[in-house]
Amino acid sequence: MLLGQLLEHYVLLASVIFSIGAVGFLVRSNVLVQLMSIELMLNAVNLLLVAYNRMHTDNMGGQMFAFFIIAVAAAEVAVGLAIVLSLYRLRATVLSDEADSLRH
Amino acid sequence: MSSGSVLFILCSIACLVGAIGVVISRNPVRAAVGLLTTIVGIAGLFLLLSAQFLAAIQLIVYAGAVVVLFVFVLMLLGADAHAVREDRARAAKIVSGVLLGIMALGVMMALYPHADQVTPFAPVSPDHGTVESVGRMLFTTGIVPFELATALLIVAVVGAIAVARGRHVPGRPGLPMKDPRKMFIGPLLPRDDSGRPKEVAP
Repeated sequence: MLLGQLLEHYVLLASVIFSIGAVGFLVRSNVLVQLMSIELMLNAVNLLLVAYNRMHTDNMGGQMFAFFIIAVAAAEVAVGLAIVLSLYRLRATVLSDEADSLRH
Repeated sequence: MSSGSVLFILCSIACLVGAIGVVISRNPVRAAVGLLTTIVGIAGLFLLLSAQFLAAIQLIVYAGAVVVLFVFVLMLLGADAHAVREDRARAAKIVSGVLLGIMALGVMMALYPHADQVTPFAPVSPDHGTVESVGRMLFTTGIVPFELATALLIVAVVGAIAVARGRHVPGRPGLPMKDPRKMFIGPLLPRDDSGRPKEVAP
C-alpha cells in the first residue's frame, strides 16, 4: 500500500484542510476563531508546497517558500491579535459582525 | 503496511480532527487545542516528506509561539472571548457550502482523469530538507526575501505593540478597572467565613 507515498494523498488532505478553514472563516463570527481558521488555510498551503517540493529532489525552493509563509503567518497573527485586543477595548466585543464602526 | 503509511494515517487523522475541532467547538480554548493538534499533525507530515527543518520550525513557531499567543489573548479577554453569535447570516453558510462543494468537485476533477497514472515520490538524497541544505539555500538564493522577512517581523512587532497598547483618549471612560488585589486568592486578602474575600477599602 502506497499510502503517504503518492503526491495525490497530500493534495487531497491539503485541500480538505483548506476547505475546513475556509468554511470556518465564513461560518464563525468570533474573530479569534476566524484567525485560527486563517492559520488552518496557511498550514494547508504549506503542506501542499512541501509535498510538491518532494517531487523535485534536487531543489528546495518549495521548502524555502513555506519557511517564508510561516514567518509571514507569525507576523500576521501578532498584528491580528493586537487588532482584536484594540477592538475589544473599543467595543467590548470579539464578534466580527459587531465591528461595524465604518458603516454609519 | 509500512511505517510511513502508519505515520501518514496518524498525522492526517490528527490534522482532520483538529481542523474540524477548530471550526465546530464553541469554546475558543478548545479551538486553540484543535489548532495545536492540526499543527503537530502537519509537522509529522513534513517529517514524512523529508522536510526536517520545516518540521522543527513548524513546531517552534506555530505550536510554540502562535498557539501560545492565541491562548494568551483568550486568557486576557476571559469569558468575553467565548461569545458565540447564533443569528449568523444564512448567506455565509450557503456561500461556504457552495465553496466547499466547488472545491471538492475541482479536486476530484483534477485528480480523477489521472487515477491510473499516480505520481509516487522518487527516492531522495539524505540531505534533502536538512537544516544545512535549506539554510544554504536561504542564504544564497533567497537572501533578499530572507532580509525582507526580518524587516517584516520587526515592523510587525512594532505595529502589534502600537496597536495593542492603544492610546488614552482624555475624557473618555474606558472599561472599568478591576481592583488588582481582588485577583489574588490566599492570605493576601482578609476573608469571611464562607471563604470569599472581604471588601477592601480602596
